[in-house]
Amino acid sequence: MSAPIIVAPETRVQLREDGEWLLVELKGAWRITETRPSWPVLLEGRDPVRVKLIWGKLECWDSALLLFVFELRQWCRTKNVYCDLTDLPEALQKLLSQLVVVNETRMAFDRSRNFLTTVGLAAQDVWAKTKEIATFVGECVISAVGLAKNPRKFRWRDCLEEMQRCGAMALPIVGLISLLIGITMAFQFSILMRQFGADIYVADAVGLVMVREMGAMMTAIILAGRTGAAFAATLGNMKAGEEIDALTTLGIRPVDFLVMPRIVALAVMMPLLALYANGLGILGGMAVSLGLLDIPPTAYWVETQTAIDLSDILTGLIKASVFGVLVGLAGCHRGLRAERSAAGVGNATTSAVVMGLLLIIVADALFAVAFNILGW
Amino acid sequence: MNTTQPDAPALDVSGLEAGYDHKVLLKDVSFQVKRGEIFFIIGGSGCGKSTLLRHLVGLRPPTAGTVTFFGENFNTVTADRQRELLQNIGVLYQGGALWSSLNLLENVMLPLEEYTPLGPAERAELASMKLAQVGLSGYDAYYPSEISGGMRKRAGLARALALDPDIVFFDEPSAGLDPLTSRKLDELIVTLRDLLGMTCVVVSHELASIFSIADRVIMLDKEARGIIANGDPRVLVKESKDQRVREFLGRGEDAKVTALQKQPSP
Repeated sequence: MSAPIIVAPETRVQLREDGEWLLVELKGAWRITETRPSWPVLLEGRDPVRVKLIWGKLECWDSALLLFVFELRQWCRTKNVYCDLTDLPEALQKLLSQLVVVNETRMAFDRSRNFLTTVGLAAQDVWAKTKEIATFVGECVISAVGLAKNPRKFRWRDCLEEMQRCGAMALPIVGLISLLIGITMAFQFSILMRQFGADIYVADAVGLVMVREMGAMMTAIILAGRTGAAFAATLGNMKAGEEIDALTTLGIRPVDFLVMPRIVALAVMMPLLALYANGLGILGGMAVSLGLLDIPPTAYWVETQTAIDLSDILTGLIKASVFGVLVGLAGCHRGLRAERSAAGVGNATTSAVVMGLLLIIVADALFAVAFNILGW
Repeated sequence: MNTTQPDAPALDVSGLEAGYDHKVLLKDVSFQVKRGEIFFIIGGSGCGKSTLLRHLVGLRPPTAGTVTFFGENFNTVTADRQRELLQNIGVLYQGGALWSSLNLLENVMLPLEEYTPLGPAERAELASMKLAQVGLSGYDAYYPSEISGGMRKRAGLARALALDPDIVFFDEPSAGLDPLTSRKLDELIVTLRDLLGMTCVVVSHELASIFSIADRVIMLDKEARGIIANGDPRVLVKESKDQRVREFLGRGEDAKVTALQKQPSP
């Protein structure tokens, strides 16, 4: 291993005064990896009228020397000092002239905007995005109507594949999370109920919350992260690879071909997954009740049955299906509108998940109000 | 193909304005492509070649002007008619743009499935033939990720040809290909034109292709924001009044000369 050569700056540049000329002799080794001597420091307060660079004994040189000479010349220009570079080799002079061209054509580019412009552009952007989403939803509706009229055109094979991917393959994670949610809720409720000696009502509480709210909600959240992101990434990548354009120029609408099978798959699988989540949540509550409150599973089950009726389950499933459509819409929309680059696909994935979650929560709030008014 | 005007040119562009995001790249672009012609759209990087192509194949609506295929204005006909017109247009994208979830045979079969009443067996047979036409027989069951870039392009061409279109657009067919493969693709284009009478519109800046197969070129320019030359490249390179055109087309000649001169030096 060779030790780095440390050269004191002074040895590389020697200044000699000769009348009104300042002779600058360049020597030694100039490497970009070492610190470069600074021209103003070297001058030490000298005030030359003419500067001449002299090509001394140089071991090697690279961009470090180039930058030094450039700095020197810029200094001469601003101070109106004559600068003689004729002694330098042709290669260096050519490189220098390139540097000058590059530097002189560079213009300061003001990208800052004032407050009003920023607000205006943001407002325009929001309007454009709203229009875009509305257009996309409209396209989906038109496509759905068209496919309902002519079901032979629907991509059943793709739809089944997506069902397998977003439904069956999500069973383990949905199951685990629902079970844990059921367990956690049972613990929390048991603390409250015990104070009143109403232990058995843990079954009612866990059952109702799971069936009406948490089953659908947790499934939707898991699928927003799992499937919504996957949709956005797949479609975004297809867009980057011009695959979407290839569909369009064949007269095949990407919404029919790519979006509908995915949304239908989610809308069908989400209620099924929610039902499964409900079951496992109740199972979790049952386990805690047995261990902590000594409630036998049969009693727990009977109590759950009295608490929940079919309309509770149905409201949960309606919600799940709507959440499925929303997650699918968010994922596909972001994917189809992705920028044609690796970063674009990444952004699309992120915003698909965020938009999916946002839509789920907003829809859930709306459902709460609607079901309250309807008395379901 | 049920065209309304049998004598109309394959493609007639008039007064087209091309651009995106409120940025106009090309203004007042007008040209015609005759049937059976191999027509090149050339120009330096960033002059709007690919954007123009996207306007031509209907991926972007024009902000001004018209694009007419075989006498029918693409942008004013109904959506159904547009679909019918699109059947008659093949596009080979830069990277092939094969659908990655389908194998080569399925890729070529999809347009047939959309537009023809053929049964699965007939579709497969036809698709297999198209793949063989571009020299990919035996690769039916391969997925796009399993084959090379040049093969992907050829498969993309097979797909573009699936419905026997009258006009085929090529987006930089030789980009990213070695000279031999790109030469073979050029030969394929000429063969298709000679055998099937297809009209070919090629976006490219590959001088070798331009000089060997182009019947006619238009050259676009970034500063002029439009067409600065229209004609036979072999004539334009010598006789064009525009220096930019001679320089662009002549670059190949210069490069050849310097390469020859350099060889004998010790």
